[in-house]
Amino acid sequence: MSEMKGNSPKSVPTIVFVLVAVGLVVMALGGYLTPVSRTLFNPLIEAQTWLATRFQAIQGLLSAPADVTSLRQSNAELEAEIARLQVQVVELQQQLAEAQVLSSLVDYARSRSENRYIAASVIGRDPSPFLHYVIINSGSDDGIRRGMPIVTQQGLVGQVAAVTAGAARVQLITDPGSTVNVILQQSEVEGVIRGEITGELNLEMIPQSATIQAGDLIVTSGYGGGFPANILVGQVSTIRSNAFDLFQSASVQAAVDFSQLEIVLVIINFQPIDITPLIPSN
Amino acid sequence: MALIIALPILGGLVILQSAILSSMPLLMGTPDLVLITILAWSLQDRVETVWQWSFMGGLIMSFVSGLPFGTYLLAYLAATMAARLIRRRLWKGPFMGMLAVTFIGTVIVQGASWLARWLTGVSIPMEQVLNLITIPSLLLNLILAIPAYYVMRDIAGWLYPEEIVV
Repeated sequence: MSEMKGNSPKSVPTIVFVLVAVGLVVMALGGYLTPVSRTLFNPLIEAQTWLATRFQAIQGLLSAPADVTSLRQSNAELEAEIARLQVQVVELQQQLAEAQVLSSLVDYARSRSENRYIAASVIGRDPSPFLHYVIINSGSDDGIRRGMPIVTQQGLVGQVAAVTAGAARVQLITDPGSTVNVILQQSEVEGVIRGEITGELNLEMIPQSATIQAGDLIVTSGYGGGFPANILVGQVSTIRSNAFDLFQSASVQAAVDFSQLEIVLVIINFQPIDITPLIPSN
Repeated sequence: MALIIALPILGGLVILQSAILSSMPLLMGTPDLVLITILAWSLQDRVETVWQWSFMGGLIMSFVSGLPFGTYLLAYLAATMAARLIRRRLWKGPFMGMLAVTFIGTVIVQGASWLARWLTGVSIPMEQVLNLITIPSLLLNLILAIPAYYVMRDIAGWLYPEEIVV
């Protein structure tokens, strides 16, 4: 009896509570409490968002020095990598340009298989502005001798003027002391090309009776024994003809760009002939 | 010591001039680094190796250049002599003295070069030489003269420290 008395008043609120709870769960599952929960929870969510944002900002501020250090290190590593790659790109571009020049030189050498060639790099120019000479990095150890002609795929460059064991000095055809016997390809008129201190070429000794035109190609004639025949020298640009002169002359546009000389070919099987003893003296 | 470091300094300058500066002319003129260095050296007080530097510079340039052997040697020695005369007799201010010896030294070297070419059968018109080579080279040498003077003064101060009387 005492147990029945004891349980009866306590069980009623319990049962009510359980029923209410079950009812709320059922209503929540049925979606009937959504407006109520939104009204109740939204302020809580906003408050938590505000608090979390501030907490994360403070946490980020406190941990920032470590991040900055690692970022700086990472940045330095990336910059070093970029610098290394840029150097590599420049080197590869240089190698590509060199390969292209060599390729065209090989094509030129194949097209003139009667000659034997040695490729050499231009490593400097004469320190005196009175001379148009370049220095190449091949010398007598490589079989180079004085007087050997120098060409590129574009045409005639000059002639070896002096040789040491590992280097040679080349007189360019633009040097004021250089003369090359030439022939105009179209008209077969012979002449002489002289260099000038300005770096230009001058075609001289053209007979007045000869007909020459701007654009005529000029090649070596082989006369005089200094150069092999049929190497391109340039083309006629401006003709100077005076009725009272014995000969015509002309300005010549050189086939070779002498300001951009990097790699040249030395014709090593050509033996220059010194005809000085055959020239009658006065 | 001053003689030992002359070789790498002058040799390095010749390489620099041949490999780089000669490819970048002003009209047809180029600076003469070896000449400027020798002239700047010859204007320094307490320096005792002026003629040796001049001789070495001239010799190296004679080997590298295609001008007849000895042209640079004689021209540099003549320019050094002119510089020593000017230093002793005319000028007190190093700035004007350096400009004056650069002017005279450049004219001597250019004149010797022209003469050497003329003697070897290559006649270059004087007008072209003046307009295209001498005046541009002179301008470049004068621009480089003052920095060269102060660099050589530092080297001279290092090699020949001033004696302090106590």
